[in-house]
Amino acid sequence: MNDSTPHEHAHHGPSPYVIFGILLGLLVATVAVYYVDLGTLGLAVAMGIAIAKAGLILTYFMHLLHEQPLTRLFAASGFASLAILLIILLADVASRMGT
Amino acid sequence: MSTATDHGHDAGPGFLAHHFDDRSQQREAATLGMWAFLATEVLFFGGLFAGYAAYRFSYPDAWVEGSQHLSIPLGTINTTVLLTSSLTVVLAIEAVKRGDRRELVRQLLFTIGLAVVFVGIKGYEYASKFAEGHVPGSAFHLAHPHNPDVPVDQVELFFVLYFIMTGLHAFHMVVGIVLFGVYTWLASKGRYDEHYHTPIENIGLYWHFVDVVWVFLFPLLYLIAP
Repeated sequence: MNDSTPHEHAHHGPSPYVIFGILLGLLVATVAVYYVDLGTLGLAVAMGIAIAKAGLILTYFMHLLHEQPLTRLFAASGFASLAILLIILLADVASRMGT
Repeated sequence: MSTATDHGHDAGPGFLAHHFDDRSQQREAATLGMWAFLATEVLFFGGLFAGYAAYRFSYPDAWVEGSQHLSIPLGTINTTVLLTSSLTVVLAIEAVKRGDRRELVRQLLFTIGLAVVFVGIKGYEYASKFAEGHVPGSAFHLAHPHNPDVPVDQVELFFVLYFIMTGLHAFHMVVGIVLFGVYTWLASKGRYDEHYHTPIENIGLYWHFVDVVWVFLFPLLYLIAP
């Protein structure tokens, strides 16, 4: 009963309450940004905040960086495929703008 | 199946299936499988985000108009509820790793409660959309457009994506509530302890993923500045 892996030991990272507090702070920030006129930068800032929140959840709640390399590769394959889809699609849309 | 190398599966909490060498290999296989599933989920939702992006760049004014008919306070409350439910899942997993079954069940019940609140608020939002005629279809109309120059059918397209994206997300929430119900019941019967809790970790991964999807849906649907 004692063959537990390193993954099963408590992670000595920041307290989940601290991460939760940062996530709430970023939520306040993203709503606040809406009321500040940033023009076309608004979308970039909102997505930057969302990516930061997602990164915190993946790192500190899902412990992705502590998983074995194959698991991280599987996780990365999903996000990399999505990135390819979005980049090529948006390049196509951008190239048709104004025609 | 009782052989000398039998690891005693079905021997209560912490059993090891006979095709694994040890418990860490068994746990890594389960985690890998969960992430394979989540990678397909990224693309499941990703296709919708791609469609959203293409039409937002094509019809930016319609996206601003549609977004202004959504309630930022309700969206903010729901984001807070969902982030809090992610915290309670983390606390549930920490509890089971300490072997504290009572706290595990308590945190799982908190999570279910928060998920029900989220779906309830979402249902209220849907009901008001039906009442206001913002549901795509023959009855779709904008009684009070902020920008009368925007073609109504483009705004309707925004709401098509709004309902499909939030609907698919809400479906994942409902599935999560059912799964959490099953795991809470099993946890209350003492199924999980400090040695065996992989199913709790995996439902946690699922729940955090659903949270991540909402983290993107909220600013993309509710917070489109004019």
